Amino acid sequence: MKIGVVAYQGSFEEHALSVKRVFDKIGKGEVIPVKKPKDLDVDGIIIPGGESTTIGQVALRLGLLDPLKEKINQGIPVLGTCAGAIMLSKEVTDAKVGKKGQPLIGVMDASVIRNYYGRQRESFEAIVDLEEIEGGKEKFVFIRAPAISKVWGKAKALATLNDVIVMAQEDQILTTTFHPELSGTTSIHEYFLRMIKR
Amino acid sequence: MRLYELSFDEVERFFYKLAELRDTVKDSGLMSYLPESPSFTGQIQGTTRVKHAFPIFQKGGVVMDVTSVEQAGIAEEAGAVSVMVLDKLPYDVRKAGGVARMADPKIIEEVMNSITIPVMAKVRIGHYYEAKVLEALGVDMIDESEVLTPADEEHHINKWEFKIPFVNGARSLGEALRRISEGASMIRTKGEPGTGNVSEAVKHIKIVNQELRALLSMAEEDRVKKSRELQVPYELVELTVKYARLPVVNFAAGGIATPADAALMMWLGTDGIFVGSGIFKSEDPLERAKAIVLATAGWEDPEIVLEAQKMISEHKAMMGIDIKTLKPEELMQVRGA
Repeated sequence: MKIGVVAYQGSFEEHALSVKRVFDKIGKGEVIPVKKPKDLDVDGIIIPGGESTTIGQVALRLGLLDPLKEKINQGIPVLGTCAGAIMLSKEVTDAKVGKKGQPLIGVMDASVIRNYYGRQRESFEAIVDLEEIEGGKEKFVFIRAPAISKVWGKAKALATLNDVIVMAQEDQILTTTFHPELSGTTSIHEYFLRMIKR
Repeated sequence: MRLYELSFDEVERFFYKLAELRDTVKDSGLMSYLPESPSFTGQIQGTTRVKHAFPIFQKGGVVMDVTSVEQAGIAEEAGAVSVMVLDKLPYDVRKAGGVARMADPKIIEEVMNSITIPVMAKVRIGHYYEAKVLEALGVDMIDESEVLTPADEEHHINKWEFKIPFVNGARSLGEALRRISEGASMIRTKGEPGTGNVSEAVKHIKIVNQELRALLSMAEEDRVKKSRELQVPYELVELTVKYARLPVVNFAAGGIATPADAALMMWLGTDGIFVGSGIFKSEDPLERAKAIVLATAGWEDPEIVLEAQKMISEHKAMMGIDIKTLKPEELMQVRGA
């Protein structure tokens, strides 16, 4: 199994390490950085946390945005955390600045509000219940996190925190507004790899 | 893409152990100030973990110095991961002389209200109250910076007391670890600000790398000695050795003016780039900003850096200053070691 992590900016090294640790546990697998369209020959893709505007701009310039969208539409499993969740959602607004044009992938029936909780001062850590994916109650960080304000069609909420959706799935697309790659658990990465095996 | 032995969570657990140790000392009435208690109930803001996590999402990115809402807009459009709001660009600080202070909070606020990316601002070294003002304003990160005139020649701010993460400059491993043990969540290896000359930034990251390699090959008893020499907790030295890198995110700063400069610093092992005067002192700020963003994100591939370098013209680069022409008293990097 080969996992590609979009490796321009953000928590891509942390994701790669999480995936590598799951591979160490369950057997063989490879994780590679994705920077150009030629790197897309993989079984699953992770779009990390970071600044969605930066990742979008660079992906657009290096011609990755359209081939990536095509791959996802063909059904390749993809995990997007924080900025990744923003990139994957069809509707994106900012809590304070409102709508702004930014390059997105826009494949998931979900609406996302950027900087929902506020700025870094309002960033926090909290316990999220992963019952829906057969995980436990785990501690995660939310850094200038977005919120998934609405899902429709085949997309469904997998976890909420104070009635706000923080994790959602639509077929092969999995998104979180928090950071499993910075946590002490690999349960979300394991769930994602199980999505690929199915 | 670099892979390390330790995960973020493991590094953070270490910092919490240190905090716990200090808490015990505090509970015994032996110490007055402290980082937050590691006890955890429900949802909590401003913890060490939350502060150390913020810079992770800056990695591979470019933080750009701006002085106005217009420049902040250009930086955001170009793909900056953050903007740093200043009263004057370092080049102009150097020219103007006098005392350089924190930027006008009104301008910082206007910038915060106009863009979606994080906003940072600088305070003078040791100026606790400028930092408190910026915390009240709610900037995303505070830079305790040698570009401004130091307010305290002896001490830095005790950054554990703040809910907002800090970035500090360093010219050596010891300086970096001292800042981390004061509570800095991020380090930038210093160059010489406002010169458009990358040579000092190169020199300092090489010193850090060299000291790191020396530390890795040392016996435990020598590391104990070294920690005393560097004036940092021995445990922090051990964490650095185990992690084989600085235990927080490390950017390069000072004198970066072209995409190739940025790629060079990334290749030397930094996690991202601060660009000060290099963008808005050039004649092609938007294109140059976009090119530096591209080169920083794609530094491992020379073809990407070539593409970035082609986006700009050397004729439009900032003129730059040869470090050798600066008098010792004109150097900013030596402030606050």
